[in-house]
Amino acid sequence: MSLESGETVMHAEIRATGAGRSSFARLASMREAGLIVIILALCIAMSFASPHFLTWGNFRAMLMSFSIEGIVVVGMTILLIVGGIDLSVGSVVCFSMVVSGALFLMGLDPWTASLIGIAVSALIGAVMGFFVTVVGLNHFITSLAAMVIVRGLCLVITKGTPLSLFTLPPEFKAIGQGSFQGVPYVIIIFVVVVAIFDFLLRRATAFRKVFYTGSNEKAAQFSGIKTNQVKFWVTVLCATLSGVAGVIYMARFGAATPTFGAGMELNIIAAAVIGGASLKGGSGTIFGAILGIALLSVVTSSLILLDISVYWQDMIKGCILLAAVSADHFLHRQKS
Amino acid sequence: MTDAPVLQIRNLSKAFGPVQALSGVAFELRRGEVHALCGENGAGKSTLMNMIGGVLQADEGEILIDGKPVTIASPAAAQKLGIALVHQEIALCQDATVAENICMAAINTRRAPLMNYAEVYAQAEKAMNQLAPIPVRSKVADLSISSQQLVEIAKALTLDCKVLILDEPTAALTETEAQRLFSIVRGLKARGISVIYISHRMAEIFSLCDRVTVFRDGRYVATEAIAATSPDDVVRKMVGREITQLYPDKLPADAVPGRSLLSVSGLSDGSRFVDVDLDLKAGEILGIGGLIGAGRSEIAQTICGLRQASAGSVALDGKPLAIRSYADAVRAGLVYLSEDRKGSGVFLDLSIAANVSALDLGKLTGRLGLLDRRAEANQATHLAKRLGVRMAGIDVAVSTLSGGNQQKVAIAKQLSVSPKVIIMDEPTRGIDVGAKVEIHRLLRDLANQGVGIVVISSELPELIGLCDRVLVVREGAIAGELGAGELDEETIIMLASGVKPAQTSQGQAHNVA
Repeated sequence: MSLESGETVMHAEIRATGAGRSSFARLASMREAGLIVIILALCIAMSFASPHFLTWGNFRAMLMSFSIEGIVVVGMTILLIVGGIDLSVGSVVCFSMVVSGALFLMGLDPWTASLIGIAVSALIGAVMGFFVTVVGLNHFITSLAAMVIVRGLCLVITKGTPLSLFTLPPEFKAIGQGSFQGVPYVIIIFVVVVAIFDFLLRRATAFRKVFYTGSNEKAAQFSGIKTNQVKFWVTVLCATLSGVAGVIYMARFGAATPTFGAGMELNIIAAAVIGGASLKGGSGTIFGAILGIALLSVVTSSLILLDISVYWQDMIKGCILLAAVSADHFLHRQKS
Repeated sequence: MTDAPVLQIRNLSKAFGPVQALSGVAFELRRGEVHALCGENGAGKSTLMNMIGGVLQADEGEILIDGKPVTIASPAAAQKLGIALVHQEIALCQDATVAENICMAAINTRRAPLMNYAEVYAQAEKAMNQLAPIPVRSKVADLSISSQQLVEIAKALTLDCKVLILDEPTAALTETEAQRLFSIVRGLKARGISVIYISHRMAEIFSLCDRVTVFRDGRYVATEAIAATSPDDVVRKMVGREITQLYPDKLPADAVPGRSLLSVSGLSDGSRFVDVDLDLKAGEILGIGGLIGAGRSEIAQTICGLRQASAGSVALDGKPLAIRSYADAVRAGLVYLSEDRKGSGVFLDLSIAANVSALDLGKLTGRLGLLDRRAEANQATHLAKRLGVRMAGIDVAVSTLSGGNQQKVAIAKQLSVSPKVIIMDEPTRGIDVGAKVEIHRLLRDLANQGVGIVVISSELPELIGLCDRVLVVREGAIAGELGAGELDEETIIMLASGVKPAQTSQGQAHNVA
């Protein structure tokens, strides 16, 4: 129930245009506020627990760790809002990486190779969109199939062995490894992508149709909205952003591993849901989802600094997902 | 013992957070009576029924069954006490068969590890056949809404109950089905079963019930014997103010017909209806009547481009329309209000403002494809005010509004594009009398301002009271047209059901019937 609860920031946004509500009440009703409090509390606790936590180095490492995944989270959140889901993001990230890498090794310049990698990712999105809107399958099954098929393609292209790309020119590697005034390009790209899509999702007419479609597809159709088009393009967008992430990973690692990104989709869906996106569609924000992935990242970092065995990490993250969603459910049930 | 009321409610109160849904209400149900419960939406009827049905618990007060105080902790407890509740909203398992749904309670309490389907089918058939010959092995999802409603009622009949609660049972039924239900209710009554009958339809209440209790704003207003009161009186008590006129004035009989606003000729869709002609003049309200499933909604949706036409043409305000999609129709000034408010009329979890602007975002879009939120807020505020939507603000979710106000939001959405023609499918289904009157007035005002209005309705009083002219659809074709002087319930039913009018031949009518 909580997942489709009405108190989304979409409302907070629209509410902001209305009169008669104090900005404090508005702030308190936003799910983001709660997440920020939790993240800050965790950071404060950690700063006492470990001297290494509150350092620029550690923060940079944490930001780096979720920046590239964060780009995928953006696409996933928008797809969740329209009522879809994409289990293939990890595979597509890897595919984009492998295709770009293979083309580079065949002699193409890395920029063109990357563009082609992103384009084929978009194409995978278009194929999934076709099966969802024209054939009429649901997103879950379609993307589950795509996840396996695309992973298979990665193995076929690489024959199962990682592509070594140390010959990538330094100006390309800089995307993943360089920095501007001490701030890594990866983080800059991430912030720009998040800012743009967060703004568009709140303000652009095209994205408002995403909310209509996800909230009540039938009513959207009865308002003249071509919901299949909306679903198709959002599916393409999510895969395209996965492709972008894949190229950045390639620049960062200087390699393309055919098994890279396996299981990534779960982390990304968890982040979006912790951030308030509903699996039933109709609600969610980019900002919330980014806070979701930040929370997961702070937890991971804390576990490492506290010297807790990595084997515990997945279990603890799963518990956080459960706790976050339960807390939200409880809070909203209290309200209504 | 027999004199004690079978069910008695004393001083019952219930609050949801800050909202007092019921305060100190009383209610009494005698053995073998059909007792109507009336009140506008939000008056507390459903809350009370949910407490009797064990779904909700009272904060204060008592419930007595056969003179003994009881606590009804759960729906199962209610069933044990002999209380059966048929909800207004259909709550059946869509993927199970009719029989499995009807016998759900029996299956639930069954001790044996395996199902006995022969018994389930036999029992279900027995209950179902009292109402309508719906095959008990068919899947519920394959049935029409009205059939599903009948299954819901049959399900309650299998419980060995002494109190049957029917919450708006006829909202989705055709006239014939409703009549069959009434005779069943009378049969139950003869067997000593007491029925609480919730309805907005005065005609039904006055033909079926013995007494009527009226609630208003969570308070008990009065209980009267049906013989001692009148529909006007009941409505007055429900609304708490004088409703001088249930329906707005019609066009005067000698009014000159305006120009043709919507003209449809030879429209077919290749499956549900054929060769439909329709001509709507400026200033008039055109009604479309007929049985549920006759193809009324399909015709309307095809005119608007929501369904594919196979033949025929549509002209709007004299200009032929090439409509490939509903978006084209909206652009041309032709809009459709869906009959299924929650399913396809409004976005329940979005704000009022977002709902109102859904039909034409282009109008609110500035440069760079960004939404102008001030314009959106202004539009929503303006239209909500014009329609008298009762709300906390335009930023609240539509799900927080009552049915009538949700419907006003749906209508505000249609008006946001300043349409030339509005086709309204069941515009007042399931909404309370006050809101209904307001919507009827609004439609008449719009018609007077030159907007073409088509109203599809299953409620005969609405067709007759509101519309200037009525087309009756039967089995996918126009069966007849009734002008101002010819509108009465009997004629509409005859046209809708295919029974020849009495004046042509009395004998024939019996044959066909």
